[in-house]
Amino acid sequence: MVAGLKVAVENWPMAVERVRYVGEPVAIVVAQDRYLAEDALDAIEIDYAPLACVVDPIASLASDAPVLHENAGANLVSDRRFRYGDPEAAFGAAAHSVEVSIAYPRNTGAPMETFGVVAEYEPHEDAYEILANFQGPFSIHAVMARCLKVSGNRLRLRMPPESGGSFGVKQGVAPYAVMIGVAARVAGAPVKWIEDRLEHLSAAVAATNRVTTLKAAVTKEGRITALDWDQVEDCGAYPRAPEPATLYRMHGNMTGAYDIRNLAIRNRVVLTNKAPTGLVRGFGGPQVYYALERLMQRIAVELELDPLAVIRANLIQGGAFPYRTASGAFYDSGDYAKAVDVAVADGRLASLERRRDEARAAGRRYGIGFAAAVEPSVSNMGYITTVLTAEERKKAGPKNGAQATATVSLDPVGSVSVHVASVPQGQGHRTVLAQVVADVFGLSPAAIKVVADLDTGKDAWSIASGNYSSRFAAAVAGTAHLAATRLRDKLAAIAASQLDVSPGQIGFAGGAIFATGNRAKTLPFGRVAALSHWSPALLPDGVDQTIRETAFWAPPQLAAPTESDEVNSSLCHGFIFDMAGVEVDVETGKVRIDRYVTMHDCGRVLHPAMVDGQIRGGFAQALGASFYEELAYADDGAFLTGTFADYLLPTSTETPDIEILHIETPSPFTPLGAKGVGEGNCMSTPVCLANAVADALGVAELNLPLTPARIAALIASPEPALPAANRDRPASLGTVKPGDRTLRGEGMAMVAATPEAIWSMLLDADQLASIIPGCHGVKKLSETHFKTDVTLGVGPVKGRYKAEIKLSDLDPPKAATLSGSVSGALGTGGGSGRVKLAPGEGGVTVISYTYEAAVGGKVAAIGGRLLDGAAKAIIGQFFAALARKAAPESKRTGFFARLFGRQT
Amino acid sequence: MSHLSAATRHRVAFTLNGRPVSLEAEPRLLASDALRHGLGATGTHVGCEHGVCGACTIQIDGVPARACLTLAVQLEGRKVRTVEGLGPAADRLSVLQASFRRHHALQCGFCTAGILVSLDAFLHEQPHPSEEELRIVVGGHLCRCTGYTPIIRATLEAAEQLRSDPSLPDSSHV
Ligand code: FES
Ligand code: FES
Repeated sequence: MVAGLKVAVENWPMAVERVRYVGEPVAIVVAQDRYLAEDALDAIEIDYAPLACVVDPIASLASDAPVLHENAGANLVSDRRFRYGDPEAAFGAAAHSVEVSIAYPRNTGAPMETFGVVAEYEPHEDAYEILANFQGPFSIHAVMARCLKVSGNRLRLRMPPESGGSFGVKQGVAPYAVMIGVAARVAGAPVKWIEDRLEHLSAAVAATNRVTTLKAAVTKEGRITALDWDQVEDCGAYPRAPEPATLYRMHGNMTGAYDIRNLAIRNRVVLTNKAPTGLVRGFGGPQVYYALERLMQRIAVELELDPLAVIRANLIQGGAFPYRTASGAFYDSGDYAKAVDVAVADGRLASLERRRDEARAAGRRYGIGFAAAVEPSVSNMGYITTVLTAEERKKAGPKNGAQATATVSLDPVGSVSVHVASVPQGQGHRTVLAQVVADVFGLSPAAIKVVADLDTGKDAWSIASGNYSSRFAAAVAGTAHLAATRLRDKLAAIAASQLDVSPGQIGFAGGAIFATGNRAKTLPFGRVAALSHWSPALLPDGVDQTIRETAFWAPPQLAAPTESDEVNSSLCHGFIFDMAGVEVDVETGKVRIDRYVTMHDCGRVLHPAMVDGQIRGGFAQALGASFYEELAYADDGAFLTGTFADYLLPTSTETPDIEILHIETPSPFTPLGAKGVGEGNCMSTPVCLANAVADALGVAELNLPLTPARIAALIASPEPALPAANRDRPASLGTVKPGDRTLRGEGMAMVAATPEAIWSMLLDADQLASIIPGCHGVKKLSETHFKTDVTLGVGPVKGRYKAEIKLSDLDPPKAATLSGSVSGALGTGGGSGRVKLAPGEGGVTVISYTYEAAVGGKVAAIGGRLLDGAAKAIIGQFFAALARKAAPESKRTGFFARLFGRQT
Repeated sequence: MSHLSAATRHRVAFTLNGRPVSLEAEPRLLASDALRHGLGATGTHVGCEHGVCGACTIQIDGVPARACLTLAVQLEGRKVRTVEGLGPAADRLSVLQASFRRHHALQCGFCTAGILVSLDAFLHEQPHPSEEELRIVVGGHLCRCTGYTPIIRATLEAAEQLRSDPSLPDSSHV
């Protein structure tokens, strides 16, 4: 399942020989029901030999970093440099150079519905029929067929008419669809798989995490003359199709909303021991705009200018559209300055400033943030080939375009059906399509039936089909309009011949077709629409049929990348301008959003409520990315956020209402003038909020998510501007390390027995067996080495583990070091502790201990926040049992049985 | 049914949306799976199976509960209400549902069943909800599509309609 990248990386949908990330499938169990299948999973024992791993993208570049794919030779699988204009000269001549370093975290769309697949295999045809909540791009259909070793026409992929959200993520069902297909073949029966939430969070699809250094050459007035990007993209353990698309989707618009003619870009793609990445709402935009708009704010701070003035001074001018960017994007339309003016007008900015001044006067930390972003939509299938050199592209053959298709059908009673090659996941396809087509025919939207499922075996589709890159409104709805218009023109010809007028005089309204200006000449719509079924002989010349019209639409503006790497990566370019006022509570590290204003220009608005729904939904996701969400890993590769208690999505109590504004500059390149709108706030909002927090706290470097712990760290030591010499320090080595789940603790217990008696118990296998919680018997391998099986429960995960315990540094009967490891299907752990025995008063021994332990695997992912408590409880149980065992029943008192535990 | 053996199936009988139903269930069978797979009542959705997302919320004797944290055998003898039971008829929407539709309070609709079930119970308890109260109730659910505001608006409007016309078909509690 390798993408356009030319690299020697084996890319199986499940682990072969070697597991490279937590969550990588290692076995499939097929059973009559899920409960039985999970029983069987528990019975599988896997012996993992731990290998060194690397999770940090910068660390993965080191020459001594463990290499994930030996055939590839290194974790760096792509390194391309681009140069447009004359960036060196611009930097040489610049009055200032301003720089930001960013480590953008991993997060994901987390749709509420997980992946689902039902697969069947027909051996006589050697053909698969797979029902999956896949969303496209359908370029992946070709990859899947190849994986299953059948030609494309033997993989019939069906997608249901509705799906519980995707936000890009459902593209990632593809490797699982392949596996379930294989399972169906092996089982000789249809196989169904519904992903659970842990599987989803650990191994569905993550957005890429990216380490970026971005530099600007700036004039005294704050005008940017050149940008220099250095991006290190982390695609996880496999560069799975369509990666490294996240890195290249924005290639044409790396200068954002600004008129900057000199541009240098270095793009590196690295592999690390984390889940593979893919489509997530915003797709490449959040990573780029976080750096670019942080930079805009830093320019203002460093040059002591007004941040809004810096944005305004650099915006592309209203008269410049269509505008060709330095790296080749062809911005279709816009009036950025006007959008900003409208957004700040009517006292909106003035009231923000007043609220800030009042809050600051009262000693509170209030900040204002801005962000301007160009939102690309309708991706050029060819942009991903920019990862190849012009030479390699020539060899591979040209790739470009974004073909969309739609079908409108009329049945024998003249009712209208619409079908499009796009798969809805809640974007209101049916509502919008019904309205668009109804308007063409002069019918009510309720009269139109939109059929929203898709079957690659029967329906019209192309490699660019699917519901991604916000292409629905701009491309798909427009193509449906095209198909409907063609049918309408034919119906007009029929009606004209029957009413004896010219086709130009025919009108459509209120369910009727009529001669304009002569309402006496009117026919019911259904009668004309059904004619082709009932009496084809009556069709006038030039009208072949009116039963079904399939339109294909391919915008000519989406050409392949040029020799010099210019690429129009998307057809449409909307504009967003956001501003926010936030207040940071220095006590709790919590950020309160006081006001949020988001201005959109998405061309023509097809359905205002749907557009605002997309904006609000995108904002809520961006809010999560800003403050709560991170797919976190420990240094040893353990995945730490496998539940919704660890991977936090915003709820209604955290999500404020926002003010939405629009201006409309219709796209000249799409049939209806519409542009995509669904992803914009995922690009603009995180950085707008971060800019506001930076303004409130006066800090230069901050990374998402801005959790209370991170904010507290920022408040504790306001970061001075980095001295130039330190600037190449990777931003990923920030202050707060998420995911450090080392357990440390110490405690004390009193046992009514002599140190000698306790000592001998600790060295006796049978005694240990009765003391260790959940123990199934202890085997003594040597005087100081024991092996045992234990059943332990941490939060929702209860399982059986193999444990080994070694005693060392023996100082009988006073002290010993215990080190041990546990492993089981649910995870692994290891650690050591020092136990000291001291005689106390009245024949009592005081046992004190310290320990340090680390855990990995499922336990770490889903029990994260429970681990400390669980460790405490298990240790408590151990000493309670020891006390019971050591002290004869008669002597035991409440006091002796009492345990003291102090955990840090 | 005080003693259940893990290895055997037990007949569990309860009322689902006003109708008596029963199925054979192992003690470990989740109520969510019993409804969806055992009885084919797939309106109740499952988004996390660890009690956080709220998609699986049902009413047991009028009280909202997570079906994914409830065992099927716990439904024995109870009155269970799911999203399928909210409307006055299969082809009619409740006042709250109709308001959700008008306000675009759902996009993909996956979270909607659970949110409707929670809000239905809450509106019976508190016919005069404030926005604040509704945000707290809906805060027990995750919606990844809407940004919540349309849900709150739809509920405020539905509450007002229900108050002004008590004969409206949302009081069909069973
Ligand atoms: S499925 Fe029950 S709370 Fe998420
Ligand atoms: S409408 Fe999709 S999760 Fe709420």
